[in-house]
Amino acid sequence: MNEITIRIGGESGEGTISGGDLIALGAARWGYHVYTFRTFPAEILGGPCMFQVRLGDQPIKSMGDYPDVLVCLNKEAYDRNISDLRHGGVLVYDPADFTPDAGDFIAYAIPFNELARKEVQLFQTKNMIVIGAISALFGPPLEALVQVVESKLSRSRKANPVLMEKNMLALEIAMKYVTQQLYKRDPFKLGPVEKADRVVLNGNQAVVAGALAAKCGFFAGYPITPASDIMEGLAKELPQVGGTFMQAEDEIAALASVLGASFGGVRSMTATSGPGFSLMTELIGYASMAELPAVIVDAQRAGPSTGMPTKMEQSDLSFALNASHGDTPRMIIAPANVADCYSLIITAFNMAERYQMPVIFLTDQSLTARVESVDRSAFKPMEIEERVKIESNGASVNGATQAAHSYSRYAYTESGISPISAPGPGAMAYVATGLEHDEYGHPDYEPEDHMAMMEKRFRKLDTAAEELPKPQRYGDADATIGIIGWGSTEGTIQEAVDRARANGYKVASLHPKILSPLPNRTIRDFIRSVKKVIVPECNYTGQLANLLGAKYGLQAIRVNKFGGIPFTAGEILRAIEEVS
Amino acid sequence: MLQTPVNLTPKDYKSEVKPTWCPGCGDFGVLNAAYRGLANLKLSTDQTVVVSGIGCSSRFPHFIKTFGFHSVHGRALPVAQGLKMARPDLTVVAVGGDGDFFSIGAGHLVHAALRNIDITVVVMDNETYGLTKGQTSPTSPHGHVTKSTPYGQMASSFNPIATALTLNVSFVARGYSAKPKELAVLIEQGITHRGFSFIHALSPCPTFYNTFDAWDASVTPIPSDHDASDSLKALALAMNTEKQYMGIFYQVDRPTMDQAAQELSQRSHEFDIDKYMSRYA
Repeated sequence: MNEITIRIGGESGEGTISGGDLIALGAARWGYHVYTFRTFPAEILGGPCMFQVRLGDQPIKSMGDYPDVLVCLNKEAYDRNISDLRHGGVLVYDPADFTPDAGDFIAYAIPFNELARKEVQLFQTKNMIVIGAISALFGPPLEALVQVVESKLSRSRKANPVLMEKNMLALEIAMKYVTQQLYKRDPFKLGPVEKADRVVLNGNQAVVAGALAAKCGFFAGYPITPASDIMEGLAKELPQVGGTFMQAEDEIAALASVLGASFGGVRSMTATSGPGFSLMTELIGYASMAELPAVIVDAQRAGPSTGMPTKMEQSDLSFALNASHGDTPRMIIAPANVADCYSLIITAFNMAERYQMPVIFLTDQSLTARVESVDRSAFKPMEIEERVKIESNGASVNGATQAAHSYSRYAYTESGISPISAPGPGAMAYVATGLEHDEYGHPDYEPEDHMAMMEKRFRKLDTAAEELPKPQRYGDADATIGIIGWGSTEGTIQEAVDRARANGYKVASLHPKILSPLPNRTIRDFIRSVKKVIVPECNYTGQLANLLGAKYGLQAIRVNKFGGIPFTAGEILRAIEEVS
Repeated sequence: MLQTPVNLTPKDYKSEVKPTWCPGCGDFGVLNAAYRGLANLKLSTDQTVVVSGIGCSSRFPHFIKTFGFHSVHGRALPVAQGLKMARPDLTVVAVGGDGDFFSIGAGHLVHAALRNIDITVVVMDNETYGLTKGQTSPTSPHGHVTKSTPYGQMASSFNPIATALTLNVSFVARGYSAKPKELAVLIEQGITHRGFSFIHALSPCPTFYNTFDAWDASVTPIPSDHDASDSLKALALAMNTEKQYMGIFYQVDRPTMDQAAQELSQRSHEFDIDKYMSRYA
């Protein structure tokens, strides 16, 4: 297989991530599939960070079990990462930083620091030396990097001819050093690849693109890691397409503003992470009660509390299912990859509008920052569904067009969906309220009315469960082992299924992306079709396993990882082997 | 703000829902002033939204024939601002009590002032928590004895007008529910003012803290020679604890965020996903 996994370990703020990004981008533009994984400390400068990129000529589903190549920019990076290097892998390091112990790897010593300082005479070009050396040793071709560096630098605010020249010089010097001074004695080298029409972006960028394609007209949010990119993206883009952006004073105000805009008939959204999502809960209940559409992105990070803001965890599912007091219907979508972040955020808007309900979009830290190459055809215009509106009758008061007061805003219908109005000439007026109300929206505490309204609100979930697409089984039709997962782990699970099947196991997986309402029949059929069900989740309590247990009586085999880092396919493969 | 060409009367704004307030509640006076103010401005009920939080006074939207948004406790201001930003064509009025705006939602007041979004807020201040049956409020006087302050209020009391002035709110006024005609004019002026308008409406609670007599004695019209463009003089009036001045303390024309956002999006174009994705190709 024409594939390689490269990890760069270093200090935050010294260009480890940006160098890795350039390799990923260069390789992707050259025609390789890419999939990145990164860790960073919460601090802007300082602290260990790493960037891992998996490159290949076939679509890539996970970050890779073990790096083939480990580039260490300091001793700490070596100490932290060397045990992850595959047997027979390659270590690249600067002999001025440290001397590696003997091990089952091939080591190349390259004086990154000295080359940058003495040959290029600009120390900031060290990351160019590093990526130039990676390119010379393993690929992608240097031309691919040159193109990317040129286009990035020319667009940068710091752009100047001298800096451009120095960067190009650094790439050349690295290439020259490798070809003249090193004897390549490892098998890792990317072969040629055909060009393809792909785009390269991360999950947050795809959410922004999707929100714009979904005709989002209003965004309000408050900065929080790892969701701020969505806010910053829409702050720039929304005004260009006629939308409105507002930075709120806190997350409560963010969702309150979103609901105000939604009441005005505008498709509206906010984005946050766990701590901010916690603050929004009272208003989630309000949106559910007053039946106002809203899209809420929760880019999950490791909790509880402030937790580990820059680390990955899938631990907000239970909360998203139950956030807010009372019996509160809401919808939940969990995208699995970058393409999903685009298409499913559009689905989220459509669902919010159709079912007049808050829709919670559960991404996670690893997906927000994961860069994937995606076929451009995945980013096409999609159908936009609008809320069911009430016909305006333009009631007349003293000859002037005035709202007919109190139309049957919350009319009982078979689907539970009641036609909605928005202020405007001739519109039918109503009062949105968090109080229990009758069909007209008037406060009403009669027992039978509360029961009927509760049933109406929940009936929308039944309607949605019928109408929404069902997840597809992946793997063997006659599998004995089933895996049910959710969120960003889909590719990793599918890769494990592929590898297990290649080893002779009968395995299949199911990955529901809409988690409220759940596709009951599909899940029951899947559970019945296999002997054992593994539920792998990056959380401590097994939140999906708990849900499946409560809803379907499933006694799942729980596989939980909760260190702040996603699964590798190898870890899930081991779980399959252990239960077989 | 869209106007209709015919005469509307205050009763055209009255809804079929009967107010839940106690007999003699000050909020009736504010409601009547609002009917009158809206009628004088001939505001279309289909293009006007009254937003509130939670509390006795926050039931207000149910009693008015316009669109209404009876939100959660303390959040009327962010709801109203989001609505106005998304729909600058609408007239948006936020109403509620001293608990909503000066306690649980006090933080939002600061940012509404800074943004100067073109909405009007009417705070019905009764210096007590009526809906929860008489606990102390941020505007209750120091030493005030209630069920939640059995030994007397130990905190000092919030000065709404002085606070609004120091936040550079662009329209600051005070009215009194027992003088609904004057209050109606202030509501009209607040809605007409372009920017964030803050109207402090004294509105006594006869059930838990009856201040009618005290306020009848203390309210005084702002001196006719007051210069409403002078914020320091306005502050001096606001700091007077003997008298409760009524009228416009301060008014200034400054840029509003809703208009700035509208100007930005005038250069907008139709979104094209293919074109947009080229940046990632």
